[in-house]
Amino acid sequence: MVRLSSFACGLLFGLGLLLAGMADPAKVLAFLDLAGNWDPSLALVMVGAIAVAAVPLNLAQRRARALLGGAMQLPTRRDLDARLIGGSLLFGAGWGIAGICPGPAVAILLTGHWQALLFVAAMLAGMLLFAALEGRRGR
Amino acid sequence: MNIDWAGFTPWSALAGGALIGLSAAIFALANGRVAGISGLLGSLLQRQGEGRGEKAAFLVGLLLAPLLWGLFAALPSIHFETSSLGLIVAGLLVGIGTRYGSGCTSGHGVCGISRLSPRSVLATLCFMATGFVTVFVLRHLLGA
Repeated sequence: MVRLSSFACGLLFGLGLLLAGMADPAKVLAFLDLAGNWDPSLALVMVGAIAVAAVPLNLAQRRARALLGGAMQLPTRRDLDARLIGGSLLFGAGWGIAGICPGPAVAILLTGHWQALLFVAAMLAGMLLFAALEGRRGR
Repeated sequence: MNIDWAGFTPWSALAGGALIGLSAAIFALANGRVAGISGLLGSLLQRQGEGRGEKAAFLVGLLLAPLLWGLFAALPSIHFETSSLGLIVAGLLVGIGTRYGSGCTSGHGVCGISRLSPRSVLATLCFMATGFVTVFVLRHLLGA
């Protein structure tokens, strides 16, 4: 049941990305290009998503257990550190180069574009590099 | 500032955003998890961890979304404006950056801001800032 719910959420998320225009790297870059011919659409994707998610996520945060019985695992950290800032700055630079963030990268993987495969391979390599560096640091 | 009114798609952007928000809401309430794609991917790349099947199921759904869409309508346009080298550099930066930063557009930008998490608000300001700056540098200073 938890897997079915999870699968349905992923499907819904992907349909939302496609409908919103987030799956089109050119549209994402047009949003990030403030000094060019600016397309403000993607700001509204965030507005729509937060408007729907804000109340349910705050309710979820107050619960001890999820509705399907599992533990509530929403993040609880509140500290601001250099890793959070540095990592996010790097992520934004990559996002600005290609116009692709992790959700759309997965959602367009099976649409027959070799560019999506190349981007996802590099992204997974970046994640593995992080895991390797962290593993060495933790030892 | 020059607004691209011809390319502006407010209704589909809002409706698509609402679907993303609904997905995040159900995933948090029913499964007790944050719909953060980089976190889901990153934790599956580690050798062990809890909830692997559940996390993988979300990603399989995300992966299959365009196939379901394709059964009913033509897929929206997907255009790439980046060279192979650019895609590789971008992918590496996105992969390593989202792991160090503990999240991406979904986990921080949508779920975190919805929860008013100070970490997510700061992370979102950071990646939006370098996103805007990078496009400005590449398009208007370097003319790529």
